[in-house]
Formats: sequence, C-alpha cells, structure tokens
Amino acid sequence: MTDLSLLLGPISALVFAPLIPGIINRTKAVAAGRTGQPLLQLYADLLRLFRKGAVYSRTTSWVFTAGPAAGLSCIAVSLTMLPMGGVPGAMAFTGDLIVMVYLMGLSRFFTAAAAMDTGSAFEGMGASREVQFSVLAEPALLVGLAAVALAAGPAGLFDAAPVVNGFRSLSEIYSGLTLSVWANDGAILLLAAAALFIVALTENCRIPVDDPTTHLELTMIHEVMVLDHSGPDFGMILYAAALKLWFFLALLSGLLIPVRSENLWINGISTIIGIFFLAVGVGLVESMMARLRLLRIPQLLAGALSLAALALVLVLWG
Amino acid sequence: MKIVIEALIVLLILTNLKLIASSRLSACIRVVAVQGVLLGLMPLIAGQEALTLRIAALSGLTMLLKGVVFPWLLLKTLRSANVRREIEPFVGYAASLMIGAGLLFLAIWMSRQLPMPFAVTSPLIMPLAFFTMMIGLFAVVSRRKAITQVLGYLVMENGIYAFGLVFAQHEPLLVELGILLDAFMAVFVMGITIFHINREFDHIDADRLSALKG
Repeated sequence: MTDLSLLLGPISALVFAPLIPGIINRTKAVAAGRTGQPLLQLYADLLRLFRKGAVYSRTTSWVFTAGPAAGLSCIAVSLTMLPMGGVPGAMAFTGDLIVMVYLMGLSRFFTAAAAMDTGSAFEGMGASREVQFSVLAEPALLVGLAAVALAAGPAGLFDAAPVVNGFRSLSEIYSGLTLSVWANDGAILLLAAAALFIVALTENCRIPVDDPTTHLELTMIHEVMVLDHSGPDFGMILYAAALKLWFFLALLSGLLIPVRSENLWINGISTIIGIFFLAVGVGLVESMMARLRLLRIPQLLAGALSLAALALVLVLWG
Repeated sequence: MKIVIEALIVLLILTNLKLIASSRLSACIRVVAVQGVLLGLMPLIAGQEALTLRIAALSGLTMLLKGVVFPWLLLKTLRSANVRREIEPFVGYAASLMIGAGLLFLAIWMSRQLPMPFAVTSPLIMPLAFFTMMIGLFAVVSRRKAITQVLGYLVMENGIYAFGLVFAQHEPLLVELGILLDAFMAVFVMGITIFHINREFDHIDADRLSALKG
C-alpha cells in the first residue's frame, strides 16, 4: 500500500502536469469573459509536436540539441524527490532539498546554453534575464523552505533526529507540517508561502515577472530562449515547463494544505486538489495584474527574499 | 490568542517594509494609516489585564488620530502640493528593502540583549518597537520629499507607542495623551510648513533647503 502511494507523486505529475496551463488559461479566459481554449489544449499540442520533425540551424552544435532533453530530465528527476503533502517523495534522502534546487539550476543552465548556442542576440538577452532573476529567486526559495523546516521541526514526526545537526529531507519536513504547526506558527508559514508563491511565479515565467503570451521578443524572458527549437524539442520544452509549474505548485500546496492523516492516499489526493486550486489562483493573479517593468522585478524578488528572511528570523528568535 | 497577536505583529512589520519599498506617496500615507489602526488594535488584543475604559479610550483615540486624522491632513497637503511620487530617493527601493531586512535582524538582536523586568505578552513586541523606530529614522534620512520625512517621523512615533504598549499598564494616561497631542501638533505644523515650502519653491525636496544661506 505504502509502496504504491509513493509512486502517486511522480505519476500524477507526469499525467496531470499539462492540465495546469490549461486550467490557468481557462481561468484567465473566464475572468476576461471569453470561452478560451480547451482544458486539454497542451496535451494536443504535445501530441502534435512529438509527431513532427525538428529543424536545426547549421550554426548550432550538440549543445542546442542537448538543451531540451537535459532540461526535461532534470525536472523529471527532481519530481521523484518531491513530497506530495504528507506523502514522502519516492526517492527522499537527507539533503534532497539542495539537490533539487541544483537540478533546477542545471536545467536552467542547459536551456540558457542552448539559447546562446544559436548565436541570436534576442536569445542571449533572454538567457541573461532568466539567469539574473533566478539568482534572486533561489535564495528566497531556500530561505523560505529553511523557515518551514525549522517551524515544522520540533513538533514533527521525526523528533529523534535533532533539527540543528544535519539537514533533513524535504519529505520529512513536509510530513512534519501538521495542523498543530499551523495553529502555532501560522504567521510564519503564511510568510514563507507568500515568498514561495512569488518564487513560483518567477521561476515559471508567469505574469508579474514575464508574460507567457507575449509576442514581442524584446520583452520576453523564457519564451525568447526557445524560439529556435521546433518539433519534438519544443514539445520537450513545453512539457518540462508544465512539470516545473506542477513542481512549484505541489511545494506550495503541500505547505498550505495540512492534511496529514494515516492514509497516504487521502494526503496525496488532497494535495493534488490543492494544486488545481492554486492553478486557478495563478490564473486570477494573471487576470488582475499587469506585467511589471523589467527594472521593477528585482524589487519584487527582493521583497520575496525579505518575506522569507522575516519568516526565518521569526522562527529562529520569535 | 497568540496567533492573532503574532499575525498583528507580522502585519505591522510588513507595513514598515512596504513603506520603504513604495514610491507612490499616497500609498505610503495609506500604509502609515493602516499601521496606526493596527497599533491601535494592539492594546485591545494584547492587553495583559482585563479591558478597562482607560485602555479602550486610549486605543480608540489612537486609531482615530493615526488612522483617520493624520492621513486626511497629509493627503490634503499632498493634493495641494501636487506631487505624486518620490523620485530619486537617496537609497533605491530594492536596496531599501535589503536594509530593512538587516534592520530587522538588528532590532531582534538588540531586544534579545535587554532583560525584561516582567513577562511580556509576546516576545516579538520589543523587536517590533525597535524595528518601527529604525524604519522611521531610515525613512527620514533616505528620502527627499518632505511628506515622506513627515511619514518617517510618524512611524518613529508609532515605534515609541509600540514600546509604550509593553509598559501600558504602568504608564499614566496623561503621558500617553501628551504624546498623542505632540504628534498631532507636529503633523499639523509640518503640513502647513510643507504647503508654504511648496508655494514658495514649487517643490518639496527638503535636501535643497541646505543650500539656503543666511
């Protein structure tokens, strides 16, 4: 029973992740009074792209072809360590949190390297922006999760392991996040969740940071890096982007929904329902806000970092 | 109860951070108004003894003055001075936020050095008081517009009020009322001064006053 439920996280991610952009788009369409594209649009897009052939420019090298595959596999590996709320990740080990953040960094490196390999000025610009913003988003993510880890620590299931000596796995942190932790340190968890939400929007190029539907190369961040990819390569990029969105929303949902019952299936399924609700939330944010000016984005990320730092300070000394 | 107090304190800390990260002057004034109302709520919730008429009157008066009267006065001045934004502050907004986070660490470290003579409702109230005072001081020295400097002064006063909150039951009503009256007069006078500076010089950039030679 337990063994099967461990697979729930990765399998549900692989199956349901392309649904998330559909939910976001549908929410935006309903908010704007349109019908919008079908919920399953991304599945159809992926199917179409994987049946096509790819076109490669003669100026590109193997780095360009390696980019999408490396990006997708990094995200897929980090999904195996992702806890779905109370359900531990399939491959949880001590310190997997750091490995996950570095896997994200590796996938970003390959996407940026593939973009630079084309020699296009626009793509180099996009790569530079993507890397610049992630430099600011990563510390916010790590500090926020550190605050969550310390808040969930002493009351957690794993009292035997002292919190201060040795880092614990993300799954252990998340299974320690019970309702009583929320009752005690709700303010801290909310701060960390706010920081994580901003990081999720940044990492997935959603609206206050980057407009995924823009058609102007000058203002793009993520989209401009993948302009030259076609066919199956582009399909892999779209799929990896959907998985990454799923990953961050699952982190947030596991934090916000403290269902930690004996039955792991209930925990996992409540987290998945939470992910769908968060996707609606992302869609609402996108319909209410305009994209920020590029110069204002570091300020937003500094705000996320100070929220996370505030949470950490409160949990350390509060 | 504890979670309500902590939520209030975190909200107050966030209003401080918002004040130094926002460039729109009317938004800054609203933030300070919200801070005043939240501070007024504090003694009602965080009071260690039963709710007396004295505490109720005090917090009601605080909310009325800081949440309604001051913002109204300042917004009126803002409209007559015809400025919208703080342009080119001495310290940029992202840097201000980082400095704010650093000040928070400093405030918490400072309050941990001070032994408390009696049990405090929440260990976070003292850091909040120090942090609010520091942010007020920072807003006064790092911004150009006279309005933001007035806001910084008000926030500093809010910090002192939060400090007094810890000792609320040991503090005579008269002192409290005196401080409120002082702040009221100060905002009133500063509002008039800003109006006159603006009429005389067409702007309210306080740093250019240092160029005046007698």
